[in-house]
Amino acid sequence: MGNLLTIKNLDVSFEQEQSDARALRGVDLSLSSGETHALVGESGSGKTVTSMCILGLLPIPPANVNSGEIIFHGKNLLSLSESEKRKVRGKEIGMIFQEPAKYLNPAYNIGEQITETLITHFQTDRKSATGQALEFLHLVGFGKSRRILNSYPHELSGGMKQRAMIAMAICCHPALLIADEPTTALDVTLQLQILRLIHRLKIKFTMGILFISHDLGVVNEISDKISVIYAGKIVESAVKDQLFENPLHPYTKLLLLSIPDAAKRGTRLKAIPGTVPDAGHIPAGCSFHPRCPLAEDKCKIEIPATVDYDNGHLAACHFIGKKWIDSYQ
Amino acid sequence: MDRFLSIKNLEKRYYGHGFLSRKRSAVRAVDGVSLGIDGNTVFGLVGESGCGKTTLVRAVLYLDPPTSGEVWFDGTLLGGLRSRELRSYRKRMQIVFQDPNSALNPKMRIQDSLAEGLINRGWAHQKRIKRIEELLDLVGISPAHRSRYPHEFSGGQKQRIVIARALTMEPDFLALDEPVSNLDVSIQAQIINLLLDLKKELALTYLFISHDLNLVAYLSDRIGVMYNGRIMEISSTDEMINNPCHPYTLKLFSSVPGKQTIDKTDDGSSERAIEKWTTMPAAGCLYADQCIAEQQRCRQVAPELREIRKGHRVACFRA
Repeated sequence: MGNLLTIKNLDVSFEQEQSDARALRGVDLSLSSGETHALVGESGSGKTVTSMCILGLLPIPPANVNSGEIIFHGKNLLSLSESEKRKVRGKEIGMIFQEPAKYLNPAYNIGEQITETLITHFQTDRKSATGQALEFLHLVGFGKSRRILNSYPHELSGGMKQRAMIAMAICCHPALLIADEPTTALDVTLQLQILRLIHRLKIKFTMGILFISHDLGVVNEISDKISVIYAGKIVESAVKDQLFENPLHPYTKLLLLSIPDAAKRGTRLKAIPGTVPDAGHIPAGCSFHPRCPLAEDKCKIEIPATVDYDNGHLAACHFIGKKWIDSYQ
Repeated sequence: MDRFLSIKNLEKRYYGHGFLSRKRSAVRAVDGVSLGIDGNTVFGLVGESGCGKTTLVRAVLYLDPPTSGEVWFDGTLLGGLRSRELRSYRKRMQIVFQDPNSALNPKMRIQDSLAEGLINRGWAHQKRIKRIEELLDLVGISPAHRSRYPHEFSGGQKQRIVIARALTMEPDFLALDEPVSNLDVSIQAQIINLLLDLKKELALTYLFISHDLNLVAYLSDRIGVMYNGRIMEISSTDEMINNPCHPYTLKLFSSVPGKQTIDKTDDGSSERAIEKWTTMPAAGCLYADQCIAEQQRCRQVAPELREIRKGHRVACFRA
């Protein structure tokens, strides 16, 4: 099957004074058109580095791509020249960032910022670009009024800014949309609206979406496939229902258990002890072993291989299917 | 009233000036809020950003005194106190802020941050150190790390330190202003467990503020839903979960992610033209603009909070 995006064994590190920070340690991921693939992990696990690497936005140095390839539409994005990358960025791959307030230019109005993209990539004349911009703004939920074109980012609320940014990301009909925590900075009610919007646009333009989030609830809402990333390595990857119904990796299980829920009132939350390891000092063996309730000596030495357990349900753990401590159920 | 903390008709206005006119326009950030919190319970306040949650907390603690209204703390009316007397009450009410990174002074070792309150109370050096070590131990930070700087700790650890600092004065009331929303999921659960343990051990009372309904419902004994400076609905947690009445509460509940509410066939035609350039309505219900069940009456008269069942009050005509 023709994949839209295939990431193979991507390894990225950042130069540091002492030991290099290993941001990604062999990430594999694939995504086909019209599919939403969620990349879930805590901060510092390598989610954003992955998306930046796809877009070729990582500064080299200090970043170093040690190995791996990113195949998009049959081309390896890592081997493209800067000018070729520029043609892909924004045109074939759109990006929505976490904090719209940071990524919109406060000195230009929304209209100018959207038409700029169209003019750069398609050499459209200003007038028809403005017309198209208005259409896209309408599509993301703004009325037909031209008022929005002349508004500056500070005049818009958080949700409106995020909508404007989505309009900007999709105005070139990208085949792939990368959404990096698009709803984290928004309120719950807005969050759902934006998720609905992204979902609708995906169907309308048959885009593939790489959806990056730390929130399993949000991911449950929108994704088809989920990959869980921990310390720069994907520890589990499965179709959504498989993952939620039968999580295999202890990290995934514990993440699901640690979500507070009204139904769990009066019980203690199953917190994961410890913290995410620093990318400069990733533990040997399985990187999760210091926090894992199942860990044994083997985990401290041997890195578990990623194994297909059930029809594409991949996980990397020595103990899958063997035992699970009852007190953690 | 024998509530531990009770707030009556609290109002906080901020005044702006016109350029040439002398007329002052007021923003009613908190508009007639009344609520009561029993001792050793958790009151959860939910609402979206900008609805006045933080302003309410600041007004309750008299960090930013309210424009009008009363705050009764353990039988004392805070508004009637002189500032010196108020300070002695402040010891008993502490606040934990949302962002642990900005709540700690980066230039101070954590033992110094923690010592400030104790120095004010005139504690001797040895006694202070002993107390600080106890507190750090209580929140799960190794006392040996007390001479480190904030940047040497992770976000979750910093939040623990902030909580320890709030506890130095042996308060019996803690206002928690989104204490976990900047933390990772796995760390969030650790902090929540810590807060629940502390509540039990030290017999604390919490006012817990969050926009995360799941979290509030997990933690609180009573919940208040706030919208644009007013309480829309207030009841015990069980009642709120089983029988939410206000349309805004219903909307908040249905927006909690993870319930798979996105209709895969939804083409967006049902969505209203969203996010109008809203201004605060002059009269009527504040929520009328967005309400699915608005009536003529909602535009003219603002509904009062009224009791529909014991301990369950709603500000909506339809409830």
